[in-house]
Amino acid sequence: MWQEKVLFIVFAVIAIASALNILLQRNPLYSALSLIGTLLSLSALYLTVHAQFIAAVQIVVYAGAIMVLFIFVIMLLNVPKDQPQIEKQKGLRYLAIPFAGLMIAEMFYVLRPIRLTTLPIQSGNAEQAVGTTWSIGTALFTDYLLPFEVTSVLILMALVGAMVLARREGD
Amino acid sequence: MTNLLLEWVIKTIVILLILVTAVAYVTLMERKVMAWIQMRVGPNRVGLGKFRLWGLMQPLADGLKMIFKEDIIPLQANQWLYVLAPALSLIPALMTFIVIPYGSQITLFNYTIELHVTRMNVGLLYVLALTSVGVYGIVLAGWSSNNKYSLMGGLRSSAQMISYELALGLSIVSVLLYTGTLDLVEIVDGQRGFHGLAWNIFHYPLLILVFIIFYIASLAETNRTPFDLPEADSELVAGYHTEYSSMKFVMFQMAEYLNLITASSISTTLFFGGWNGPFVGRLPYLGPVYFTVKVFVLIFMAMWIRYTVPRFRYDQLMRFGWKFLLPASIVNIIISSTVILFMR
Repeated sequence: MWQEKVLFIVFAVIAIASALNILLQRNPLYSALSLIGTLLSLSALYLTVHAQFIAAVQIVVYAGAIMVLFIFVIMLLNVPKDQPQIEKQKGLRYLAIPFAGLMIAEMFYVLRPIRLTTLPIQSGNAEQAVGTTWSIGTALFTDYLLPFEVTSVLILMALVGAMVLARREGD
Repeated sequence: MTNLLLEWVIKTIVILLILVTAVAYVTLMERKVMAWIQMRVGPNRVGLGKFRLWGLMQPLADGLKMIFKEDIIPLQANQWLYVLAPALSLIPALMTFIVIPYGSQITLFNYTIELHVTRMNVGLLYVLALTSVGVYGIVLAGWSSNNKYSLMGGLRSSAQMISYELALGLSIVSVLLYTGTLDLVEIVDGQRGFHGLAWNIFHYPLLILVFIIFYIASLAETNRTPFDLPEADSELVAGYHTEYSSMKFVMFQMAEYLNLITASSISTTLFFGGWNGPFVGRLPYLGPVYFTVKVFVLIFMAMWIRYTVPRFRYDQLMRFGWKFLLPASIVNIIISSTVILFMR
């Protein structure tokens, strides 16, 4: 399986490089494009563990829909090319360091049990494999039905909220 | 393993060559059909030497002309993105075709060849993913040209494609409810037999409505008239590719026609039985022929619509997409799932 290892390393490097590029670029459009690069290479990483459904959905939803909206907004607002105005508050900057440390520690704590787990070996039976349409659909509508429905209600609330805020008086 | 890899490489190259040739001749077909509908003759001069051949060499002459045109990059343009944009719209358009089956199996030199480049269990989602990525080429072309007409074209295109992608995706859901798989090869295999009466559109009559929604949405996705607002010539000069010249312009044109071919192929695969047709079980070589004929009938329909229907206004386009096509496809999903629930 050395081919998958090679592919994994290539796309992992691209993902991290473009993730760094998001932070380093001053132009918001370049940052958004780097984010698309990260999302596409993440999708390729999902493919290396045979999670085709997640890989496709990653592109359809994130790279194809959400990021198009980001770019749409950036183009509409047409941010000047030189450095955008960032409120520079010295106090907040020093507060950011402990918070970042806390976040990283939290991430490692959550990922700790997953670290040593290996994915089950994909058998010939495509329907039972992890990450396919069948397995994700079954999991979503049986074991995780409540979280799934709660998430959809949350998204609906966000939608209605956005509509209320954006609606002009007198319409 | 090496054998399989070699097979993939050969198939990909063959498909690539066929697609590029098809694109060239679809442009000729477009001009001929336009001329026919407008009661003109159309291009009929370019041939080989003394033989005019009904203008069949026209695409070759067009291609040569475009290669020798000056390649202009505007001074105020964003150089990197300006060069990147045509590639970003052409590459996804070329990548889509690998999951579309164009035949069953043929035996060549004692070697059985499956007539599709690859099969994925999420083939249809792969196609949708690539269509949604294809927007970036147009958007970035509009932005990087630093031209107000281009920018307007790019913005309109992104808004239009996002809006109609929803209707497109949701109309496909109804098909999936009937076929029960995302794998395009399996979808076509499920439509075999009865000399064409097993095609999805005849087998499940409700799919006729779905096909109409799908076809309208795919016309909008490929920026064809009556939805060609991104390049509305009368108001936006040429839309997002106003500043482009030479081969970069050709790449946008190629992407547009490739998307038309892909959309027609997907329609064929989902609704009209793909490569299925009379006697295809005994003579597998007929598969690609049936497939091509069906695809070209659908392409002809798109051209027919293009030269007979006037362009929408922008607000009409948005209203039609969000207030008619999207609810209609959702209602279709509800009806289809109810029917399936009671049939089984």
